[in-house]
Amino acid sequence: MTADPRPSTVELTNTSRWYGNVVAVNDVTMTLGPGVTGLLGPNGAGKSTLLHMMAGFLPPSRGQVRLGGEPTWRNPSIYRVLGLVSEREAVHQFLTGWEFVLASARLHRLRDPEGAARRAIALVEMADGQGRRIDTYSKGMRQRIRVAAALVHDPRVLLLDEPFNGMDPRQRLHMMDLLHRLGDAGHTVLFSSHILEEVEQVSGTVQVMVAGRLAASGDYRTIRRLMTNRPHVFAIQSTDDRRLAVALMGQESVAGVEVGPGGLTVRAGDYGTFTRALPKVALREGVRVRRLLPSDESLESVFSYLVAS
Amino acid sequence: MINMTIARITARGLFGRRRFLLLLPLPVLLVALAALAQALGAEPADWAEPVLLGLGVAVVLPVMALIVGTGVLGAEIDDGTLVHILAKPLPRREIIVAKLTVAVAVTAATVGAAMFAAGLVAGSARLGAGLAAGTAVGALAYSALFLALSLVTRRPVLLGLLYVLIWEGLLSNMLTGTRVLSVQHYVIAIADRVGDTPLLTGAVSVPVAAGMAAVFTAGGVALAIDRLRSFTLAGETS
Repeated sequence: MTADPRPSTVELTNTSRWYGNVVAVNDVTMTLGPGVTGLLGPNGAGKSTLLHMMAGFLPPSRGQVRLGGEPTWRNPSIYRVLGLVSEREAVHQFLTGWEFVLASARLHRLRDPEGAARRAIALVEMADGQGRRIDTYSKGMRQRIRVAAALVHDPRVLLLDEPFNGMDPRQRLHMMDLLHRLGDAGHTVLFSSHILEEVEQVSGTVQVMVAGRLAASGDYRTIRRLMTNRPHVFAIQSTDDRRLAVALMGQESVAGVEVGPGGLTVRAGDYGTFTRALPKVALREGVRVRRLLPSDESLESVFSYLVAS
Repeated sequence: MINMTIARITARGLFGRRRFLLLLPLPVLLVALAALAQALGAEPADWAEPVLLGLGVAVVLPVMALIVGTGVLGAEIDDGTLVHILAKPLPRREIIVAKLTVAVAVTAATVGAAMFAAGLVAGSARLGAGLAAGTAVGALAYSALFLALSLVTRRPVLLGLLYVLIWEGLLSNMLTGTRVLSVQHYVIAIADRVGDTPLLTGAVSVPVAAGMAAVFTAGGVALAIDRLRSFTLAGETS
């Protein structure tokens, strides 16, 4: 099997977008490659503006937005490799799901539009409802049929703006699984969300937007470890919590220890120094560590630190 | 080459829209008035101008073209469904041509048939054919203009009405110089020539009418294609 030669890299270089005096996106530089990336940020952070520029529906006021080296603005040829699921749920309501996806396949001038439409509909598990008019669909069904239409030409790059909106938990899991599979198959998938759990479950790699700026980029666990100005919090359970607590207080990397009924809560200044020191201390004190959990490495804590800073 | 997928979706959307369906009685009213005048024994010379020109050419044709021409693209811009068509590797010219074809075909068919019937009642098949030909040319020029308006402004119906009511209805009847920029007068000139009838009198020459209708059409199409190439989605929604 040979790799798909079509371009799959989206590059933003010093990209800004403003509306009058309001700066929606401020000097963002990022590169998106194969895999799933979550675009995270509070409401009004500039996520949709960024997505619209990547999708060729908004020109940057300054800087460049390119897909496979080609500018996305005023360049319809990018849609050969790009699929878009916009946030707005607008779909031609008078069409059936099948007609809608088939029309997309025909507009892409695919060789076998019927076959492509069938495959895309099966991918989002909409075969049962494909014969119904879209105006009879639930919100989640509409979202899935839109994803099918965006996937009908097997795009290398898929951009989704708040894709989990309106989906029930089962549909949500299915969509997350689908995005995982697309990412694993070498597609570049970028989805925006303001719901931390969604991003955490789908993607380790995040682009965090705060007030129009790219606040952080990369694996959120790595981002957290780089925040050395904030102590890392660990939950520890051992065979003798109190003894371990006393020993840990003697370590320079430890800023504080709390002993509670469920074990110890340790605040450490440096992630690496503490995690290297802990086994030595435990061995020296003859204490067995049963459980060690970084308790503030969730995306939520990373995000709240970034927004607060 | 017309993109039939876009044309089919456009036509289905148009016929499902209440605003368009509410207008369909207008052409019927035109034929009914002509038939009524004839049944009451009135001379065509007395009612042809107010019915064929005053109602048909000055109201039914532009209003129908306005609602259809701004609707074929404007409705999809308003509800956001246009994104599904734009996010395809299609030349924007292809999208505009498909939309314009539907708009012209629907307007020319509905109004043209009514004009032909009214012309038949008023005089002859020749008059009917003249009115239908003028209507077809008018449908083309109006549709291109209104289609472009739907991409230039958020209030295309209002601007289109201003053109029809103020420019064509008022100014072009008071200031003869403005007639050269009035689609209504192209329709009358062509209907007069093809219909070969004393009931109609064209105020501009046929070459001017045909040439200016072509300019309106080409200009509207070029503007619409350019605006569609630069179509933007509203920036921040979340």
